[in-house]
Amino acid sequence: MSRTSPQPAGKDAEAAAGRRGFSRRSLFTAAGTGGLGLAAGVLAGSSLAGAREAQAASDAVAFHGAHQAGITTPAQDRMHMAAFDVTTTDRDELTAMLREWTAAIEAMAAGREIGAGGATAGDYEAPPEDTGEASDLSASHLTVTVGFGRTLFEQEGRDRFGLAARRPAALIELPHFPGDALEESRSGGDIIVQACADDPQVAVHAVRNLARIAFGRARVRWSQIGFGRTSSTSSAQTTPRNLFGFKDGTANLKSEDAEALAGHVWVSGAQGGEAWMNGGSYLVARRIRMHIETWDRTSLREQEAVIGRTKREGSPLSGGKEFTAPDFALQGSDGPLVPADSHVALAHPSRNGGVQMLRRGFNYTDGSDSLGRLDAGLFFIAFVSDPRTHYVPMQATMARRDALAEYLRHTGSGLFAVPPGVPEGGYLGQGLFEA
Amino acid sequence: MMMNTHARGGAATVAATAALLLAGCTDNTQSSASDGAVQVSSTADACTLSSTSAPGGTLKFAVRNEGTEVTEFYLLAEDGLRIVGEVENIGPGLSRDLVVMVPEGKYFTACKPGMVGDGIRAAFTVDAAPKGQEVSAGRAALQQTAVTQYAAYVKDQTEQLLAGTKEFAKAFAAGDEDTARGLYAPVRMHWERIEPVAESFGDLDPVLDAREADLEEGQQWTGWHRAEKDLWQPASGYQALTAAQRQQLADKLVADTEELQQRTQDLTFTPDKLANGAKELLDEVATGKVTGEEETFSHTDLWDFQANVDGARIAYEDLKPLLAGSGTELDASLAKNFAALQQLLDQHRKGEGFVYYDELTEAQVKELSSAVDALSEPLSRLTAAVVR
Repeated sequence: MSRTSPQPAGKDAEAAAGRRGFSRRSLFTAAGTGGLGLAAGVLAGSSLAGAREAQAASDAVAFHGAHQAGITTPAQDRMHMAAFDVTTTDRDELTAMLREWTAAIEAMAAGREIGAGGATAGDYEAPPEDTGEASDLSASHLTVTVGFGRTLFEQEGRDRFGLAARRPAALIELPHFPGDALEESRSGGDIIVQACADDPQVAVHAVRNLARIAFGRARVRWSQIGFGRTSSTSSAQTTPRNLFGFKDGTANLKSEDAEALAGHVWVSGAQGGEAWMNGGSYLVARRIRMHIETWDRTSLREQEAVIGRTKREGSPLSGGKEFTAPDFALQGSDGPLVPADSHVALAHPSRNGGVQMLRRGFNYTDGSDSLGRLDAGLFFIAFVSDPRTHYVPMQATMARRDALAEYLRHTGSGLFAVPPGVPEGGYLGQGLFEA
Repeated sequence: MMMNTHARGGAATVAATAALLLAGCTDNTQSSASDGAVQVSSTADACTLSSTSAPGGTLKFAVRNEGTEVTEFYLLAEDGLRIVGEVENIGPGLSRDLVVMVPEGKYFTACKPGMVGDGIRAAFTVDAAPKGQEVSAGRAALQQTAVTQYAAYVKDQTEQLLAGTKEFAKAFAAGDEDTARGLYAPVRMHWERIEPVAESFGDLDPVLDAREADLEEGQQWTGWHRAEKDLWQPASGYQALTAAQRQQLADKLVADTEELQQRTQDLTFTPDKLANGAKELLDEVATGKVTGEEETFSHTDLWDFQANVDGARIAYEDLKPLLAGSGTELDASLAKNFAALQQLLDQHRKGEGFVYYDELTEAQVKELSSAVDALSEPLSRLTAAVVR
């Protein structure tokens, strides 16, 4: 059985993807969710792109590269993240699965169907290799990013796949933070898969098909859908709003800042058993439920004081505009204009020893709970070069002192080592298993 | 906030443009002249108002800081001393509104760039209010009465809390568990009634009221909930406190409560603190009590629930006279929803107290939760109504 032979291949693939680059389906979706405004935006965007990019009409993101896609890629609007528990005890079965995943991701990212037979061209008496729901959709900027959890290397003292000596020191067990209400069924996992796309159906298709390929070797432990990016990872993107209604990620790392990425996102200089992580990163995932209803009853004065920025513009309360640097020393009549326990005062890089994260989170809602309250919030995702220096200290401070913590509850958590990108002919995590 | 142009996209742009044309300033916020706001521009050396008079009633000043320093804006009484209303802490480039209820008379406006000196003053005239919107001149006195009454309530509750805590601590340290269990919930009610006040002391709240999940790794757990766990011990995996540890915990509980009582003596209150405090008490109910998370081991959440509602109701009743006139509708809604919630709570009374949280059915929890939401909505509008 082979899922791996790509079809069509090479330039034909680009052409095929290009044909689907502006499909019926994506137009319907745009009109359906955003109305005329969004549809107009799509048209404006395409005319802006102009002739220069005419030959690259495809909305595919390159899969191969020094780093995995889906980290510095301009944040897409939709996400489906799934954590897997590996069920096989056979190392070869595990690497075979990663090879098959690699081929499938490569195809999906290029806007192709999975396997030689795809969704409809296979054996008529057999179930199709590709599940088919993304067949008329474009590549939709799909990126699939894969990482490994602590338990893959060692679980309850067992060196499951002979990888224990290669577990990076930075792949720690995250400590308990004040107020954590983590649910076992939303936390941890041996392998993480982050699928992001413009179209939610494309992201869900990716996770569904990878889960299908994994059967017998790994099973889904938890999965989460996010419906709106809460960070901009490129200075070309506007700052989106989180479900508190505030702009989020104004001070986020941007993909254009190569120096900052090298210092804060990408692992470099790792030695010995950890050398496979060079060019990789660490993915921190936190499912942060928001007490939406109590927040909505909070006065605008209080909301702005809790965040430390104005709601409309996102200007720091010390004045100026969104991207004006906050002046934490500027005093008002009763303390700093940007309150010391406000979110921006605690989270801003300048208050954390210059430490920065590449935040790539999504708004989520999973319907409502038994009391009729929205089960919604922020699915926080950050990529950092070392969680011990770039996540734990800041989260500890925020959990303890952030005025916002009153409106938040962390219900899920995960930390994963994301290996570097895959070269042509390679597979995800090859360096870990073969070096 | 009294903004009438919350609409996104096109509508907001149109409104902003209108404001720009009418007010002649670079205001890009939602304050449009169409809502009758007096536009104020504060710069280093000028305090420019779009009008130097307005009809009485509810006045709105949309203040924009066009200088480079932090500014404040004041509406002062005819004597130039008494503050009728103020907005402080406006950062450079930012806008803030002052909404205040003002009777007919002569006033002064003042911008205070840099927050020093007497400010840049000018006379401001408030004409007769349109019929039906007249404002009583005694509003400031009503506000003062409200905060004085509430301060007395806080004083009384902290005194009772301290006395009860001493009694509880004595029984707890002596190993008289039945007495301690009997005192736990009723004594804590004094804390829960004034919870936002107690929580305003950021260092005392965690040592007195932290739950186990609120702790950081390595942080010492003290206070009420530590005692709770020892009085209602989990069936397995729990190491009971020794007599010496109990004594230590009891002593600290009393000492920290004494400190709290001392500090509340010096507290000053304002109408917005009362109203926000009432709203926060209902938030406490919504996030901690109605979900049974506050009292993990004793399940005495309904005592806390009642106490939070008591505290909110007292603040509301103290502020009630300020709702006469334009706040009548809000007042009626609050009265109705406080009564409805109390009626529901009363159904769960048992003996001197209440049933335990784990005895409530899912449907009953849902019913309580809905009643909390119904009250919380109008309560969240109380601050804006009483500070004017």
